[in-house]
Amino acid sequence: MSDLETFRRDTRAWLEANGPVSLRGIGNDPLHGVWGGRKWQWTNPAQKAWLERAAERGFTAPTWPREYGGGGLSGEEAKVLAQEMARLRLPQPLIGFGLTMIGPTLLRFGNEEQKREHLTKITRGEIRWCQGYSEPGAGSDLASLQCRAVPDGDDFIVNGTKIWTSYADHADWIFCLVRTKTEGKKQDGITFLLIDMDTPGVSVSPIRLISGSSPFCETHFVDVRVPQRNVVNGVNNGWTVAKALLGHERSMIADAFGGGAGGKRQGLAALARGYLGSEGGALLDPVLRDQIAQNEMDTRAFMLTVQRSRDAAKAGHQPGPESSLFKVYATELNQRRYELLVRLAGPQGLGWEGPGFEAEELERTRDWLRSRANTIEGGTSEVQRNIIAKRVLGLPD
Amino acid sequence: MQLVLSEDQELIAKTAADFAAQQSPVARFRALRDARDPLGFSKPIWKEMAELGWVGIPFPEEVGGAGLGLADLAVVLEALGRALAPEPFLPTVLLAGRALVRGGSEAQRQEWLPGVVAGDRILALAQQEARSRYDLRRVATRAERAGNGWRLRGEKIQVEAAAAADAIVVAARTAGGEGDAAGVSLFLVPKGARGLEIVPQTRIDHRGVALVRLGGVEVGTGDVVGALDAGGDLLEEVVDFATAGLCAEMLGSMSQAFSITLEHLKSRQQFGVPIGSFQALKHRAANCFMEVELARSCVLAATRAVDAGDPEARRLVSLAKARCSDAFVLVTNEGVQMFGGVGMTDEYDIGFYMKRARVAELSFGDAAFHRDRWARLGSY
Repeated sequence: MSDLETFRRDTRAWLEANGPVSLRGIGNDPLHGVWGGRKWQWTNPAQKAWLERAAERGFTAPTWPREYGGGGLSGEEAKVLAQEMARLRLPQPLIGFGLTMIGPTLLRFGNEEQKREHLTKITRGEIRWCQGYSEPGAGSDLASLQCRAVPDGDDFIVNGTKIWTSYADHADWIFCLVRTKTEGKKQDGITFLLIDMDTPGVSVSPIRLISGSSPFCETHFVDVRVPQRNVVNGVNNGWTVAKALLGHERSMIADAFGGGAGGKRQGLAALARGYLGSEGGALLDPVLRDQIAQNEMDTRAFMLTVQRSRDAAKAGHQPGPESSLFKVYATELNQRRYELLVRLAGPQGLGWEGPGFEAEELERTRDWLRSRANTIEGGTSEVQRNIIAKRVLGLPD
Repeated sequence: MQLVLSEDQELIAKTAADFAAQQSPVARFRALRDARDPLGFSKPIWKEMAELGWVGIPFPEEVGGAGLGLADLAVVLEALGRALAPEPFLPTVLLAGRALVRGGSEAQRQEWLPGVVAGDRILALAQQEARSRYDLRRVATRAERAGNGWRLRGEKIQVEAAAAADAIVVAARTAGGEGDAAGVSLFLVPKGARGLEIVPQTRIDHRGVALVRLGGVEVGTGDVVGALDAGGDLLEEVVDFATAGLCAEMLGSMSQAFSITLEHLKSRQQFGVPIGSFQALKHRAANCFMEVELARSCVLAATRAVDAGDPEARRLVSLAKARCSDAFVLVTNEGVQMFGGVGMTDEYDIGFYMKRARVAELSFGDAAFHRDRWARLGSY
């Protein structure tokens, strides 16, 4: 038996023994994910037990080194673990920006002390993180950010405002881009700084969106004292870290909207049949039918392109130019899909809340509203097209 | 299904690209057009392509072919598409040749295919009619029993390589009415048959096409290709094969059209700067880039699915054709616009690509046709 098969057998046995029966079949529904952190309210003891057992085994961060709370698994082993969890339809024991964003960043750019202090707390779900990049005056032009960090002894004094800090009202720590130099090239005066949100002077106010929900906040810093040892990758060297993390964020967004994953994705045609009716199998509205086919075909073409990129990587080729289109295409495609979903429902797609609308209809409509942000967050479609034009096509500035 | 080229395919692609650059630049196509060449392509170049082994790629080894697949031929078609090479891969290899491979009798295959693979014989397939649009079953040409064989009457349009063809595979109705699914049969009609008239047509892409008039052409029972009355199914399979191949050619053409447009954006100066520095053009160039990349993925998938006999192959062919039709038209329309005034002149090549894009788009179904087919195959 190969090592991988042994690993699969052991993992399967462990999951059978430790994956709470009441959670099996739930899968990865993002609405019921465990984000952890000091403020986390457990509503389900099975979720708590599942997190504790998985963290003990290193399965909350399977590929991180064991010394930092990870599982020390190879990419192939991690894939086997994911397959075996999917077999039982077990949810991820823990989700959040600690695992997906700041953790990998610290593994790459952090010093030993930072890794020891933060990584295990992430894998155990003890600390929840948020991201402080954008500012009211620095959106697409992120490098123009003004949140100031001025040295004072062994500390920095931080003053400024971060905006679109996702879930900052639930987070314990924030990783921030701050300005540490005002002269010279704007990218060269930026520092990547970790800040405990319990520090005096930090305050958070949620932002209400057009969809009615408030996943984003504004985070204010007034004379916040932060130890200089919380700088990652050196003072004025934060832009490199930021760019790496942004690239990562864009690929996550592309993955999320790429049309493949997600149990919520009911087929457009099946849904349309209910609203439009059909005759001899064909949908009765020929125009919407054509738009559904277009959307399905766009989705398929995109997924084939993602597959092509992965196949090329597996064959040992450098990442091709095609990967630069993932974020912009996936998000615009997702928007077209939601536009179509709302249009398919007709007047039933117009509900905000209350009687007369199905829960799924209300959710789809809110999701449509939320989807409008897809082409703004994580680098607007316009910025993405600028990047393609410059880096891939070599067009002049 | 791996959506990357194999090492062998990389090698074929390189050879084909070198060949196109040295022996078949767009200037060669232009010269044929200027000379109003009656065939629209070069027989010596076709012979060279056969000697390089390209013509034989998808034919079985027993007729001299390489026994390889459409995915292998696709890299050649893409390279030739870049250079707008007008040689008759579509009619001879992808359509008529394929019909004989899939439906031909042993005698028919042995008589015709070794000569095709050697580059000595040209075949054509006459299917389209004035009223058929993209419906392969809408066949008004009729075949009636005549003694021991059949007598064909009707007219086919825009038959590629008809003037050069040593034989033409003709779709005719042997039973049923004009649009019926069954009742179509395929016949092999040799050059010079009595009652066969080839009337050259001139199309915007200047490929060698012709009206094929069948004024009571008589053929024998041994000239039926495939099963009688079931030619529609054979035709659909063959046309899917050819469509995927055409998509590979379109991919090459649109890639090159985009490439010369990008060069123009970088070199053309207005207001004292390269026009490619303007964001209005950058973003549209980025859109073209994305559409070409998506088209490439679809072509890779469709050709591999056809080779594998994948049950999804028909849908993937429709996906590729819809994608390539829209992308080729987009890229060439944008190309002419971005070239500006000179893009409208005959002197510049971009116009050739735009005209070829329209022909390819409206061959074997445009994007809307293939969206409808996608939906039908998906049972909605």
